[in-house]
Amino acid sequence: MERDPEKFWNPYVAGLALGAVLLVTYLVMGRGLGASGASFRVGVWATSVVAPAHASAVPAMSGAMEDHHPLDDWLVFEVLGMLVGGALAAWTSGRLRREVLKGPTFGAAGRLALAVAGGALMGFAAKLTRGCTSGQALSGGAVQSVGSWAFMFSVFAGGYAAAYFLRRQWR
Amino acid sequence: MSFPLSYLADFDSLAGSPRLVGLAVAIGVGIAFGFVMERAGFGRAQKLVGQFYGTDLTVLKVMFTAIASAMVGAVVLSGAGLLDLEAVQFNYPTFLWPMIVGGVVLGIGFVVSGYCPGTSFVATASGKLDGLATVLGVVAGSVVYAEVEPKLGAFPTSGKLGVFTLSRWLNVHPAVVAALVVALALVAFTVAGWVERRGRATSQSRNESPSLSTEGVPT
Repeated sequence: MERDPEKFWNPYVAGLALGAVLLVTYLVMGRGLGASGASFRVGVWATSVVAPAHASAVPAMSGAMEDHHPLDDWLVFEVLGMLVGGALAAWTSGRLRREVLKGPTFGAAGRLALAVAGGALMGFAAKLTRGCTSGQALSGGAVQSVGSWAFMFSVFAGGYAAAYFLRRQWR
Repeated sequence: MSFPLSYLADFDSLAGSPRLVGLAVAIGVGIAFGFVMERAGFGRAQKLVGQFYGTDLTVLKVMFTAIASAMVGAVVLSGAGLLDLEAVQFNYPTFLWPMIVGGVVLGIGFVVSGYCPGTSFVATASGKLDGLATVLGVVAGSVVYAEVEPKLGAFPTSGKLGVFTLSRWLNVHPAVVAALVVALALVAFTVAGWVERRGRATSQSRNESPSLSTEGVPT
């Protein structure tokens, strides 16, 4: 099979495939996909290792450790699968490469710092919104939740508002 | 047989072998999810943020197609008595104000980091160190949230509307909502085509590459 890193699936075909994965998940599990919930559980687990007493004193964290180990969770295993599926797709398309993606004139250190900062904003926000673009916009949006749609339009609004100020990162 | 499978429903309270089956399903679903997202281009920051610069509207096309098709599928299966749609909707209650404010903050974080929380995992899996940095940031940000949550008072549960669906809000059958969403998607795809052509023409007139440069720095 020829590997062309610049070749992607047709976006509408990819969208139909994603919709099919989501529908199967509804059917089998009665819930949709997700991502940020797994990130949070990794954070809870790390905190519980470093400072166990503190972790059980924080309400949101103790809730994630109550009945099971914080990593014994559906979303954590789904994300493990995502890493496998993502790596497999990147490898078979010639995109599996250790690199920092950024604009040609922007420094790698600055890019990594912005990635951490943006990630932190999203991690905080996704707890407030009870899910991210996967767990709320996609999964809640497709079952017609008003909150999921309000969230999705807000994400686009925030992204468009911030884009101008971050343009140098991509040049 | 009606879905979701009663054997796996209410996963969080499962123990023993049903729980193991659920976790195995999670891995399988995750593999498919990650594979599709990578092939759509969602492991590459420039393809994602291109949405906000009008150069590459893949995000809108993929997301909207996925939402519309899954919605149509869910409504059809529900009508056929195969899917308990209300049981799925129960997992997605609306808290309007935190969802709007958090959505704006998440959108800003998206453009700052170049990824959303899910796509940052896909980027990490394809070797992108900026993806890994985003993952670490998301973990840290969610821990910070847990730490300060008690100080946020009633805000995280404000605008509580419960399980509030578009069909209830508009007072129409879910199938009508699905038809409207498909129509809206078709309009959005047409507009996306115009925006991309204009965005690329603008960047070409400035002697820039037609889409955001996809150079990576090998390390």
